[in-house]
Amino acid sequence: MDWFYIQGILILAGINLLAVLGLSLLTGFTGLFSFGHAGFMAIGAYTTAIMSVKLHLPFIPSLMIGGLIAALVSLLIGKLTLNLKGDYFCIATLGLGEAIRLILDNVQYLGGARGWPGIPLKTTLLNVVIIDIIGIIILVNLIRSKHGRNMIAIREEEMASQIIGINVFRYKMISLMISAIYAGVAGGMLGHYLGFLQPKMFQIVKSTELTIIVIFGGLGSISGSVLGALVLTSLPEMLRTFAQWRLVVYGIAVIFIMISRPQGLMGGHEFSFHAVKKIISSMFYRKKQRGLGGR
Amino acid sequence: MKKRIMYFMFSVVMIVSLIAAGCTPKGTPDTGQKAGEPEVVKVGWIGSLTGDQAVWGQCELNTVKMMFEEINAKGGLLGKKVEVIGYDTRGDATEAVNAVKRLTSQDKVIAIIGPNASGQAIAISSVLEEMKVPDIATVATNPKVTVVDGKVKPFNFRVCFIDPYQGAVAAGYAADVLGFKKAAILYDVADDYSQGLTEFFEKYFIEKGGQIVAKEAFKSGDVDFRPQLSKIKESNPEVIFMPYFFKEVALSANQARELGINAVFMGGDGWPSDVLIEMAKDAIEGSYIVNHLDFNDPEVQDFKAAYKAKYNKSVELNGYLAYDAVKLLEAAVNKANSLDPVAIRDALETASVKGITGQINISKETHNPEGKDAAIIKMVNGEYVFQQKYSAK
Repeated sequence: MDWFYIQGILILAGINLLAVLGLSLLTGFTGLFSFGHAGFMAIGAYTTAIMSVKLHLPFIPSLMIGGLIAALVSLLIGKLTLNLKGDYFCIATLGLGEAIRLILDNVQYLGGARGWPGIPLKTTLLNVVIIDIIGIIILVNLIRSKHGRNMIAIREEEMASQIIGINVFRYKMISLMISAIYAGVAGGMLGHYLGFLQPKMFQIVKSTELTIIVIFGGLGSISGSVLGALVLTSLPEMLRTFAQWRLVVYGIAVIFIMISRPQGLMGGHEFSFHAVKKIISSMFYRKKQRGLGGR
Repeated sequence: MKKRIMYFMFSVVMIVSLIAAGCTPKGTPDTGQKAGEPEVVKVGWIGSLTGDQAVWGQCELNTVKMMFEEINAKGGLLGKKVEVIGYDTRGDATEAVNAVKRLTSQDKVIAIIGPNASGQAIAISSVLEEMKVPDIATVATNPKVTVVDGKVKPFNFRVCFIDPYQGAVAAGYAADVLGFKKAAILYDVADDYSQGLTEFFEKYFIEKGGQIVAKEAFKSGDVDFRPQLSKIKESNPEVIFMPYFFKEVALSANQARELGINAVFMGGDGWPSDVLIEMAKDAIEGSYIVNHLDFNDPEVQDFKAAYKAKYNKSVELNGYLAYDAVKLLEAAVNKANSLDPVAIRDALETASVKGITGQINISKETHNPEGKDAAIIKMVNGEYVFQQKYSAK
């Protein structure tokens, strides 16, 4: 394997990872399913590109503005739709994602459906990794904080958490907004990695791909999302030799993994050295464990 | 316990798939490099093998493989056997970038043929420039594939004419030859190809003194066009320009005739397909198509027959352009007398070859085939009947 090629996949996995981290907070920790995150990515991507191409801002501030604009849009949408329960919110986000894409299809100033070439290539493996690590640290700290616990409480039992005094609407809003920032920044990096943007890249398929990664990695697990993004972004590349059967094999692999681990790769657990030690020792002392009447 | 076994099985599957996928392409260059200079040169192809454009992608890949088998039988490129490596992009720009990265860095191809869609062709150019490998796009008609902001992209070439040209030909033929004054446009707002053709048809038709009486849009995936067509009917056009793909063309043409619209239909290179005739034979009777070539041209018959004999399928439009892309590459390699990608690129800049879709003279300024005639085709009794070669001035 050539480094140039692997580097490309890693950058792409890192970009997906960032979007997945945001979605993980919303879906895995707050219990809201979204099928419109590609829409937030699109907003972030186009805003970042406008900032760096038309207004000549440096890359990092452009990314931040991209994330902020995505967050603003999410606030607007959240205000209108977060009172909807369960599936209805999911459908509202689905509509939002498609609407954003169709609006971009019609904005000729940004290239319309024909796309926008000539965006400077500023995304490198280094800045992707740094941004990813910052993203993970923020998310881990958020989830360990009081606010994170409130979000988890909402996921587990919305009614009960309302009764004990958690402002459900507000926390859903915060969760949606943070996930939109992540998606927006990821979109901005994608645009500056490809050097080309086209609304077609942010179709509903992209949204479902992100949701699949979150579920595949395991709901309520950040390390699961990280693992999921790495595995599911590189899997189609590893399967290139299958030519037209590639995506069929990809689908079968995902189905098989989901059947064998319905809770996802890491479902609800986090990666820690302590847990690894436990797994390894339990593998060696399987007999003993059985004797003690373990699992 | 059971869970752990499943987990173990999963990791085994992952590792096996890793090895299976990782080893196959890696093995070949190793054996080749042992003998010093590799005896096999590789040519890449990318395009959609899956997704809604899979029919075209598969036809392109089949054509490219068939062509290089013929070239190999005749002794190969400069005495070296050619191996074709085709990767799927499922119509996605990011996938196309991945595929090109793999082709250029791992497989070390001397040139890439494809993709057929402009969005992918534009996205891959930065990788091509970094790795210095030329690419010949087949049916990517967006002008920005080879030229952005007045600067030509050093490693992007194509063998098809571009959207402005196609739009100009359609407008010119409708206004000058057919003598129409009032045109309506129905187009796909979510499709880059359709937007491009619409823009340029409108521009040139008005320049020719015509009038656009209605311009209605739909979005990919729509199946009901009656609201838009009713509006078009009210404006009473003489010709309706339909720059989108055959499936929607068939549906909208049928619905237009149902509504009693008698105007002549006109379309671009998204039309030609057997499916179109199957679905809307009567509705599109008398329509005009701007195409890359005349399907019944005697020079085309050999290729058509050979393809049919080998794959037992008829050639799609993309096959002809893939054929020309291979011819162009062969000519450039022979001219450069080298298998070095940069030397091939330099030769491509001034290459000229007699292709199946016409004379291809690559222009150094635009990397497009300049002055390539379009073929005007009329639908008569469910057959594509060639009218004339037409070029827009």
